[in-house]
Amino acid sequence: MTRKDLTNILHKSLGFNLKESARIVDKFFHIIIDNLAAHNDVKLPKFGSLKIQDREPRLGRNPTTGETIQISRRKAIAFRPSKSLRKKLSESSNLD
Amino acid sequence: MLKSEIEEKIGQIFKLEKTLSQRVVNLLITSISDAISRDDRVEIRGFGSFYPKKYKSYKGRNPKTGESIQIPEKILPLYRPSRDLLEKLNSKQD
Repeated sequence: MTRKDLTNILHKSLGFNLKESARIVDKFFHIIIDNLAAHNDVKLPKFGSLKIQDREPRLGRNPTTGETIQISRRKAIAFRPSKSLRKKLSESSNLD
Repeated sequence: MLKSEIEEKIGQIFKLEKTLSQRVVNLLITSISDAISRDDRVEIRGFGSFYPKKYKSYKGRNPKTGESIQIPEKILPLYRPSRDLLEKLNSKQD
């Protein structure tokens, strides 16, 4: 699924024209991206939360050359799925 | 940021009534979770992707009682942020 599929869903279900639907989908993700970029957590009920986490600096290795390198302190995003989403997935029949 | 704040912004920008902007945001979120649940990968450029990952059954322990239990097979949704987004996150000075 991509932005295009979401655009079609908005168009078909809520009657926005395709251009408007595409703008709404873009805006939806833009709002989320801007918040994360500003280091704000995003909470979506019945879906999950995206939280900004600090990663400590550590020593890593360049997998190609084997060279040891310093990996700087950085921010990461952790997704924690909501209970309802986890339930929805485990109840889907893809476990067979 | 909360879902209601996203709804407000969408409502303001596209001049939608409150109930309609709520339906828009709910529909987008539900569509994404439906896609993951039917084993589809949701890939949004500039944001990242959501995808289901299957875990096999394994032996675990109740951390409180120490009792050994069998954890059943499960599917969890995972998120992988896009490179762009991680770069944005780390270019901001604190």
